[in-house]
Amino acid sequence: MIPLKITKRDDLPRNKAIMIRTFSVALSIVFAGLIIALLGYNPITIFTSMVKGALGTTIRIQQTTLKAIPLIITSLGILVAFKMKFWNIGGEGQIMMGAFAASAVALNFDLPKPLMLLSMAIAAMIMGGFWAFIPAFFKAKMGTNETIFTLMLNYLAIKFVTYLQYGPWKDPSSQGFPKVAAFSDSAILPSVFGVHIGWIIALILVVLVYLFLNHTKKGYEISVVGESIETARYAGMNISSIIIISMMLSGGLCGLTGMIQASAVEKTLSASLSANYGFTAIITTWLAGLNAIATLFVCIAFAILVQGGNYIQISMQVPASVADMIQAIILFFVLGSEFFLQYKVHVHKYLKVKKEAK
Amino acid sequence: MLVGFLSAAIIAGTPLLFATLGEIFSEKAGHLNLGVEGMMYMGAIIGFIVGLNTHNPLLAMLGAILAGAIGALLYAFLTVSLRVNQTVCGLTLTIFGEGFASFLGQRVMGSIVPGDIKGFFVARPIPLLSSIPYIGEIFFQQDIFVYIGYLTIIASAYYLFRTKKGLNLRAVGESAAAADASGINVSLYKYVHILLGGALCGLGGAYMSLVTVPVWQEHIIAGRGWIAVALVIFASWNPIKALIGAFLFGGLSILGFRLQSMGIHISQYLIDMLPYAATIIIVIISTRKNKKEDMPPADLGNPYFREER
Repeated sequence: MIPLKITKRDDLPRNKAIMIRTFSVALSIVFAGLIIALLGYNPITIFTSMVKGALGTTIRIQQTTLKAIPLIITSLGILVAFKMKFWNIGGEGQIMMGAFAASAVALNFDLPKPLMLLSMAIAAMIMGGFWAFIPAFFKAKMGTNETIFTLMLNYLAIKFVTYLQYGPWKDPSSQGFPKVAAFSDSAILPSVFGVHIGWIIALILVVLVYLFLNHTKKGYEISVVGESIETARYAGMNISSIIIISMMLSGGLCGLTGMIQASAVEKTLSASLSANYGFTAIITTWLAGLNAIATLFVCIAFAILVQGGNYIQISMQVPASVADMIQAIILFFVLGSEFFLQYKVHVHKYLKVKKEAK
Repeated sequence: MLVGFLSAAIIAGTPLLFATLGEIFSEKAGHLNLGVEGMMYMGAIIGFIVGLNTHNPLLAMLGAILAGAIGALLYAFLTVSLRVNQTVCGLTLTIFGEGFASFLGQRVMGSIVPGDIKGFFVARPIPLLSSIPYIGEIFFQQDIFVYIGYLTIIASAYYLFRTKKGLNLRAVGESAAAADASGINVSLYKYVHILLGGALCGLGGAYMSLVTVPVWQEHIIAGRGWIAVALVIFASWNPIKALIGAFLFGGLSILGFRLQSMGIHISQYLIDMLPYAATIIIVIISTRKNKKEDMPPADLGNPYFREER
């Protein structure tokens, strides 16, 4: 047998927790560096150009911010569901349906800009919320497994938007190229400091979601349901309604991401619009320890990785896949380090005794 | 016409078949591995590269098996030994596998599978069986890889439902604590079956790169790993039902184009929605019926920590 004994930590001093995390990130960078060297590149050049590529100039910082915005808002949505231990892996679909609803408004109505943008956002949040309501309803009423349900709804939404893009919504003036008509100017979000105002929305939402989860009654109920359904039931909470309301909030936030991406980034509806944000957000939310403020920073770090990865692809002809692998390796290490935050590993006593006997 | 379509459905369903079976083993051990897509990519690229260099179909398959198993080992170490959240870890494995395949694939982009391997995987009718009207034509005039799929299904069903080890495995998935108490080595069972699952996903990936497409191209798996995750539920964790489901989903994935060639215009994208909608309906029905054998393993997704019993 392996002479190791594992016990659960009762409490972990804050500085020790930070030390373990820092160490794991450092270790992951060293390991990723080794892999990069094995692939025949200079790790130091790669890392420094990734950072330069993400933060080196104003334009690059703007690009990084553009990548961070959808990730932050989606992560906040995922966070609300995860807090309740409702495994919403349907962010992709909720983003898509939100984008679909926003586009339906943008393409069919002619409204003044502020009213247009507001109606698009509301439509997107309702549609995203509805897409999350379906699995939440079945979970609350029948106990249906939400992981699989939300996963399937992703594909329904993506295929549906693909159908629209290649079929009924195909722009007749695009000469056969399968794309949806571009939005009119009134449906496009304005910019502040060179980046669309999604970044301001994201920052406000971080604060709002933080306050909601930590300082309101509903937020408290959500964490109680997450901790123990039994306790929640014993305390007389209406579990079904808590599940449904928070899931709709979760889907609504993801839907809003869809509206922002359609309006400010794609400037139309496209089947590739969700760009895996729904999945990446699961990872960022988890790494942030289900904390809204921490989510902001983890998402920014992720955006730096992604933008840095794009940059080295263009500037150094390093395939983007290298950046994906670096990202995954760092993730594996950070995830693995969670173990040492929760458990303590001791070497069995008898082994020590044996050593002393020698 | 119909026979030709059904025969093509089997070819389209075979990668799904292997991957679904792999995920069944992993889930029966209590581990929801969302890295199926990633492991399929790893198997696809390694199988392809080994095939390209050795011209040996069996070595190529072996390479794919190992690649899938190594991906699964990473996942198993993190989720079994370090008790990392399974959903997050599986998603990370998918990112890793795709990056891995896309990186290694750069050098062989557009290469074609060598003729000796193509020749090995041509349709070979099985004597007697292939002369059964309709059935023989559909099922028994396929390539060796498909036949291996049939055998794997039969072996898996036997293993899961008719052997002591299969019973132990199901016990681990239902309640790791109870299995441990009855003297089953829980961690060992989990590791072995997660790795076996990865190996099968790797084979599923290799079918795409060696037989279906036989040219290396980016995004070769194109979401089939996710369909496999859905199929596991569709098949309610039963290998025999997985066989039916895989060929059904395979058929649906090519139906739209067939119909279009017959002059019936239904968008393939709408037909593509059917398998997912069907899976949702099955998930709902199976929770409603509350039949024990249609339910997910009770301990699915829960980390097991002996000292916490």
